[in-house]
Formats: sequence, C-alpha cells, structure tokens
Amino acid sequence: MNIPKNLKYTKSHEWVEVIEENKIRTGLSDFAQSALGSLVFVNLPEEGDDVTAGEAYADVESVKAVSDVNSPATGTISAVNEEVLDAPEKINENPYGTWFVVISEVSEMVELMDADAYEAFCREEE
Amino acid sequence: MGDYLSSTAPQRQEMLKEIGLSSMEELYAQVPGSLILQNGPDLPEGKAELEVHEIVRQMADKNHVFPVIFRGAGAYRHYIPAIVDTVVTKETFLTAYTPYQAEISQGILQSIFEYQTMICELTGMSASNASVYDGATAAAEAVAMCRERKRTKALISAAAHPDVIETVRTYCWSAGSEMELIPVKDGRTDLSALENMLDETTACVYIAQPNYYGILEETEKAGEIAHAKGAKYIMGVNPIAASILKTPGECGADVAVGEGQPLGLHLGFGGPYLGFMAAASAMIRKLPGRIVGETVDAKGNRAYVLTLQAREQHIRREKASSNICSNQALCAMAASVYMTSMGPGGMQEAAYQCMSKAHYLARELEKIGFSPAYEGEFFHEFVTKSPVNVQTLMEHLEENGILGGLPTPGGILWCTTEMNRKEDMDRLIRLIREVAK
Amino acid sequence: MELLFEKSVKGRKSHILPACDVELVKPSDSFKRVQELKLPELSENDVSRHYSALERRTYGVNNGFYPLGSCTMKYNPRINEVAASLPGFTEIHPLQPEHTVQGSLEVLNLTEKYLCEITGMDAMTFQPAAGAHGELTGIMLFKKYHEANGDTKRRSIIVPDSAHGTNPATAVMAGMKVVNINSGEDGCVDLDQLRAAVGEDTAGLMLTNPNTLGIFEKDILEITKIVHDAGGLVYYDGANLNAIMGIIRPGDMGFDCVHLNLHKTFSTPHGGGGPGSGAVGCKSFLAGFLPKPHIVAEADTFKQVYDCPDSIGKVKSFNGNFLVVLRALTYIITLGREGIAESAENAVLNANYLMKKLSTCYQVVNKGICMHEFVLTMEKEAKESHVTAMDIAKALLDNGIHPPTVYFPLIVPEALMVEPTETEGKEMLDKAAEVFISIYQEGMKDTEGIHQKPVTTVIGRPDEVKAARNPILRYQP
Repeated sequence: MNIPKNLKYTKSHEWVEVIEENKIRTGLSDFAQSALGSLVFVNLPEEGDDVTAGEAYADVESVKAVSDVNSPATGTISAVNEEVLDAPEKINENPYGTWFVVISEVSEMVELMDADAYEAFCREEE
Repeated sequence: MGDYLSSTAPQRQEMLKEIGLSSMEELYAQVPGSLILQNGPDLPEGKAELEVHEIVRQMADKNHVFPVIFRGAGAYRHYIPAIVDTVVTKETFLTAYTPYQAEISQGILQSIFEYQTMICELTGMSASNASVYDGATAAAEAVAMCRERKRTKALISAAAHPDVIETVRTYCWSAGSEMELIPVKDGRTDLSALENMLDETTACVYIAQPNYYGILEETEKAGEIAHAKGAKYIMGVNPIAASILKTPGECGADVAVGEGQPLGLHLGFGGPYLGFMAAASAMIRKLPGRIVGETVDAKGNRAYVLTLQAREQHIRREKASSNICSNQALCAMAASVYMTSMGPGGMQEAAYQCMSKAHYLARELEKIGFSPAYEGEFFHEFVTKSPVNVQTLMEHLEENGILGGLPTPGGILWCTTEMNRKEDMDRLIRLIREVAK
Repeated sequence: MELLFEKSVKGRKSHILPACDVELVKPSDSFKRVQELKLPELSENDVSRHYSALERRTYGVNNGFYPLGSCTMKYNPRINEVAASLPGFTEIHPLQPEHTVQGSLEVLNLTEKYLCEITGMDAMTFQPAAGAHGELTGIMLFKKYHEANGDTKRRSIIVPDSAHGTNPATAVMAGMKVVNINSGEDGCVDLDQLRAAVGEDTAGLMLTNPNTLGIFEKDILEITKIVHDAGGLVYYDGANLNAIMGIIRPGDMGFDCVHLNLHKTFSTPHGGGGPGSGAVGCKSFLAGFLPKPHIVAEADTFKQVYDCPDSIGKVKSFNGNFLVVLRALTYIITLGREGIAESAENAVLNANYLMKKLSTCYQVVNKGICMHEFVLTMEKEAKESHVTAMDIAKALLDNGIHPPTVYFPLIVPEALMVEPTETEGKEMLDKAAEVFISIYQEGMKDTEGIHQKPVTTVIGRPDEVKAARNPILRYQP
C-alpha cells in the first residue's frame, strides 16, 4: 500500500495536498482505487461549484458499482482535472498523480490524518 | 383445468417427503392463518386449451377490423413484411430474458447493437439506447435527461401528440419540475413565441416532426433558437418520415426520440409499441435504459455486452436518473427486421408513398369542399374542415368498411400510408359525396 | 459472426412495395434529408439466415432450465401467442370508435376484474409497460393522494435495503426522498427500525412479500399497520407474487397499491428484455387517481372514460401494452381458480426441493422453508479460495443451464438467487442439482480452471471494463 508522507488523508480515503493556506488539491488514495477496482468513469463537479466538507462532490464508476467521493473541505472548486474524465484508468495506475479538483476559499476541513495514522487506519479497515 | 405443471401428483408427494413435509399446505406454515384464502380467488374454473381458444376468438370477433384505414394520430397501419413476424415469433427470442449473461446471449445483444446502429442512421445521432416503452415515455425521459441544477423547465410544443404532452406533464409533475406549452400558430409551433418564453431556467425545448397535425416544422430554426438561450433541443420524429426529412442530427438536436410502432409493429389497440432514444455524443451518458456496447473476450473475439450500467437503477438506486429496468427488446427486434427488410430504398419509398398519397387525398378532398385547416407542407397527415356532419360521415364510412380520419376540435385529421391504394381513396371520395347529398 | 451491416451488398433488396399509384410528391429542399441513409442492403434469404444464426446464439426458456431469481422464468404457453396474433386483436387501431372495440375493452375489463380478485384490489390500470413503470405509477398515486389531502410534507418513501434497485430510483422520479431501513438478522423488515423511520413526512413504504430473499414477511400485518398509523400508504412490489397468487392477497396483507409483472407471474414472454406489462391495482380510495382513460362496464357495453378530473394524467400513450395483457388473460382463463393457487404452491414446492438438494453442498442463506426462490452465498468460498458467485454462474453456462441471478440482493455477499418456477418437473430439478453440485466440487478442486469458464460458449467472458471505458455503441463502417 502506497502512502506518500507529504500528503494528508481522510477517513473516506481521499488524499489532500495543502497548496496554500486556504487551497487544497485532492484525489483518491491507493487504498481506495484498489478497493474500487478498474474505474471506468468519473462524474466531477464544475469550476465555481461550492462543496461542503464531508459531503459527496463527485462519484466514480466501475463496471458494477458507483462510489461517492467526499470533499475534504468546504470551499469552491477552482480547478477540475479534465484528464481524469478522459482516462479514469489513470486513477488506478497513478492515484497520487491523478488529482480530481482544487478547492479554494477553504473555510472548514474534515479531520485529516498524516501518513502514519492513515496507514494504521487502513490496516484496521482490512 | 389447464395447467403447465410438469411434475405429476406422485412426483410431488416424493418431493414433499424429501423436504420433510406431508402436504402442500405446510409450505405456507409460517404465514398467519388469517391471510390464507380458504376457497381460492373468486375466478371461474380453469379450462382446456380448446375452450380457451374459443373464448378468446369470440372476444376478438367482438372487435371490428377495418379493411381500410385513413386514421393515424400516433398509431399507423403500415405494411409489415412477412419476415418480421417470422423472426419475432422464434421461440428462443420470445422466451429469453434480458441478456445479463453475455456468453449465451450474443444473439440478443448483437441484435440490439444492430438496432442501435439503425436508429443512429435514421436519426443522424451519435448513440442510441436499446429502446424504452414508447414515444411518449421516450419524450418524458428525454426531458429528464436535459434537467440540470439551475435549468429545470421544459417547453413542449402544443402541436405535439396529445398523449406525449399528457405523459410529459405527468412525469414533470411527478418530479416536481415545470412544463409549459409553446403555443401553436396556423398548425405550427410559434417560434417567435418560443423565443420569448426561453430564459435561464429553461432546460429543453421539444418539437415533433411532423407535428400532430401532420405539418412539417422548422426544426433547424427551432434548434438554433433553443441553443441561443442555453436550452437543450429534443426532436420527436416519425421514423418513416425520418428517412426522407432532415434528421435531428442535421438540425442540431441534443436528443432524438420517437414512436417506433410504424417500424413493423401491429396496431394492437395501442401496444406494445416502441420508444426510441438517440443522443448527441455529449449526452450519451445521460441516456436512460439499457445500452449494448462492443468489446472483446480474452481470446480477442468480438463480443457484445450490456454496458454503461453504472448509469442504471440496479447500481445507482436512488441516484439513478431513471428507474427504467427493461426495454422493449422484441419490439426493437421487429423494428430492426423491418428496417433491414425494407432497406434504405424501401424505407424511403414507403415514406414518399405515404406523402404522395396524402397529397393526392388532400387535393381530392379539397375539390369536394373539405378545405385544409392549415397552410404548410405536410407529410402523411393533414387536417381538413368538414362541410358535412362528421358523425354521419364516420358512420357511413364505417358501414362501408372504412375508418375515416380522426375527428378533432380543429377538423378531421386524415392519414394515408403506402397501404392506401388510389382506388381506396377514390372510393372514399365517392362515399363522402353520398353523404353530402 | 458478422453484423447485418457487414453482410450488406449495395443494390441488394427485397421487393416489398408496388410502384406508387399516384403522382410522386417529395419534401421541398428546406425539409429534405441530406445525410445518406445507410441501412443494410440484403435479400430476404440473407435476413432469414442472419436471425436464425442469432437465434442459435441465444438461450430461451425453450432451451432449458432458467432459474433466474426474481424473474419467474416460467413456461410461456403457446395458446397465449395464438390469442395475441388473432387479427381481431392485432389490426385494431387504438383510436377506433368505442363500439368497434368492445372485444378489446372486454379483455381489459375482464383482466382487471380477475387480477383485482387475485390481489385483493378494487381497480386496476394496464397503462404501465413494465414493473418499474408500474412502480412509478403507484408512487404517483400516493403522491396525488397526499397532495389531495393537503399533506404536502409527506415526501419520504421507506425502502428496505433488500429492495430491487428500481424501488429507490422510482421514489426519486416521483420527487420523493428515500429512507433506507436495514433488514434484521433474519433478512426481514426490522420492526424497530421501521417504527423509528415512520413519521409525519412518510408518504409510504415499498415492500415485496415474499421479500427478495424468498422469505415471507410474517409480521406483514404489523408492518402495514405501523405505516398506516403514521399516515403513510403501503406499496406492494409484485415481482414475487408467483409464490402466493391465489393463496394470499396483497390487499388482505394491508397493501394499498400493487404492481404486477404480467411477464413474470402471468406467463407473458420476456422477449429478450421486453415488452412486458406492469399492471397497477389499488384500493378504491386511490382509484380516482389512476391514469386515464378508465375502462368502465355499463350494462352490456364497455366505455373509455377520459373525464377523470383527479387522474394523475397519463404514463404512456393509449392504453398500455394491450397484446401483453391479452396473453395474461388467456393464461388466467386457462388456469382458473384452482390452477392459479396450484401454480403458486408448486413454485414453492420446487424451490424448497431444489434448495434441500443444494444445501448438501452450498451455503444456503434461507433458514427453514423458503417461498418460490432461495439465496445461496459464495462468501466463504470467495474469501478462502477466490471462487465467486460469478465463477459458478459462468461454469453453469458450459452445462446448458442459465445461471441464477447473481449479486442480488445486495445484502447478501456473493449471492446466487435461484427461482426454479412451477413449470419444471422433478427430473429437471434433480439434474440441475447434480450439475450445480458437480460444478461446485470441480471448481473448488481447480480454482484456476473455474476462472476461465465458460469455454464452450461462442465467446468467453467479455471485457466489461473496456466496454465501459471506450464505449462503442454502434457499428461504424
């Protein structure tokens, strides 16, 4: 299980990169992509949409299932990664290099874990 | 008493014994006794097949089959090539289920893939689903496809089929979204009124081609007007007419829908019919219902499979955009066989004949005082005023084996298809003259 | 196998239509189609052979055992097909004058009468074309009812987690919120959860009985009372009626509205996925809301009444899938009072017999007697040996048996839902049990081999990921 040290993680298996004080980038962790299986499609919000910490802002589809992706923060979507829409398999191949959205004007965050805490958390889930 | 049980009474006793029971009643032991019907439902005794055949035949005989029909209004008598019923009555196609297990269902899946391709060709759109219940529900589902967070209002042409309007209205009420009718002017959708109705809450515009009165609409212009204001454009088309008219694709439609009954389905007092739905490429993932896609197996063999299932109810449940679970598979197959049997030349020939015969009839009717209610080019239906009592006219025609045009508040809605011979139309005129006297 | 398009030869055709006997009229330039119409060009012989080849690559009830749980793949009687091809029924235009369609109206009226009797309902519509369509119609009736009572707060539909996916999807299409309740340990509705879930916002509960595990909800009278006491209505998903028809009536269990799958319980053929018919029945207090027209019997004649001011409107054009309803009527007339009940109890007998035989080998979820279907689980085998429900299903394909429903209900991991139906004989059930067991044993011995199944079918397992990632939804030359 790959868990980069420089990122933070949520309980629902999203990774968070803090870019600036109120700006983060986020995607799905290796644990998540492994559990979901081969991803075939992603439904993302649009730039300018508001998101709420802990609530679903996107979903990912595999052949036989759909899973919500939760926002780590309350804020506004300032960038969307189009690549993820064209090639969802990149999430499986390179989860930490395939970001979903950038959220700006962050006012609130869910509880975040560092790499070690997240590793322990994952081990418990299994 | 008829039944279709295979096991005999002794065999059932054996089976009961093996599961440790002594009577069939014990199978329902855990059901509260008060719920068990003591004497069965109040139905007549069962019958042997010979008797059943007689009963249904007698009911059929109480219907009157018209040898000649000049009525359409959403259901059309076209000639159905003999091969169509031959194919759709094949036992395996008749009794198979939805093709969930692709390996043993390649026949059904391939036929749906072929159907989807034909609908794309007919409508000029990028992708089609495996069909929905009928043209009216297809329109309602298309309206649902176009709904977005801030745009939820549907503008439906008042010149669409009344059942389409009513069904869309019911579905919109159900979903809690708004629907408004675009007014009609001289038998056509009033496009300047439409322009004024469009705003930033409009999700979609629906125009039928031809419309309910048989008149051809300015479908390209309507699409431009809708798009200019950010709304999506849905075209409802008659599939026979689509072979010779500008396609929804050519008119810039986002979704094309229609009633597929003219493609090889019997009138059948209204069903089962066929709703086709096709979308522009940006809208493909919003299509409801089953869709078949092409792929390969491990050995590289071409294979067909139900795909994009993550849109559907069995996966998304309350997040699905539609609850539709099935399609009209056998009806879609009939349509495919029809379109293949007729071929591109035959489809267009049928369409030209429908149109030509309608124009002949309209001219002949006008000569005897049945003037057209509307100006404007028409396909195979048209409305006329009537200088004679409509009821009397219809009764006289009925006595002579003819189902006349549909009486409507605006006049009589006549229809001709390739099945109406010149001599039938000339006889119709003669009979009407008799009423006029 | 080639597609019709790939077999096409330019200029090849059938001669279906005679020449036009009036002057040819074509659309003017502003309306005329420019894009070429590229449909296949074939002779009738080509078409005939093509579809015969497709038939050989399809599996129907006529080919063998089809124990698809929840689908009721019973035998489709041929007399139904004879009835549905009588010209006196097929050649009738839906807008003919009433006095010329008395036969068709009698069919609808009589079927309504019989099905109301079987379900304990007071009125029925045949406008919905499928089960899901019927569900939507039924929930629309609930919505209209509460609106008419000024009860606009009632926007929640309670759905058990064992429910078919169409139930929650239907609720949303009807503008309702879905409240999920978890099933209890026994797979049935947890009464405490239900009591906690009902309230002033409850529009209704959607339930299948027997439920999707093939278990009869024995607390059903309490369940319907809880919902009624809270001011809600109860909806019966009729998918599993085959277990109880003629023996127990949904109306007696406290349901206010039902839908029936005529293509399941009442033997009309599935056609590869349709057309079906989702008849909706209701108690008299909801009847005024049914879609229009209502078919009404007056003395010796039948009338279509469009003046229905309280109706929800229409859910489909014309009257619904008439020729499908006709097939159901033919079936009901054939079976009659005793035949209906006998079919149900034999469906239950066959299921219990097969379940007993398979329980020597498979993990059966059902405890005690099941209804018309039962659920097996491969959860243990999947965890320990990576042999899944999917593997069992694929191995069955090599043995001429259609697999049971897989991965449903969602509350059972690695589920196989088996519904033999009443039209299978004892020897078929014995043979099927043998096949199921030998596949299991073989599969557990050779866990690699079972992943390769099927090997005798025209294709192996299709790559569904590829199909979803790069959708190819039509032929392109």
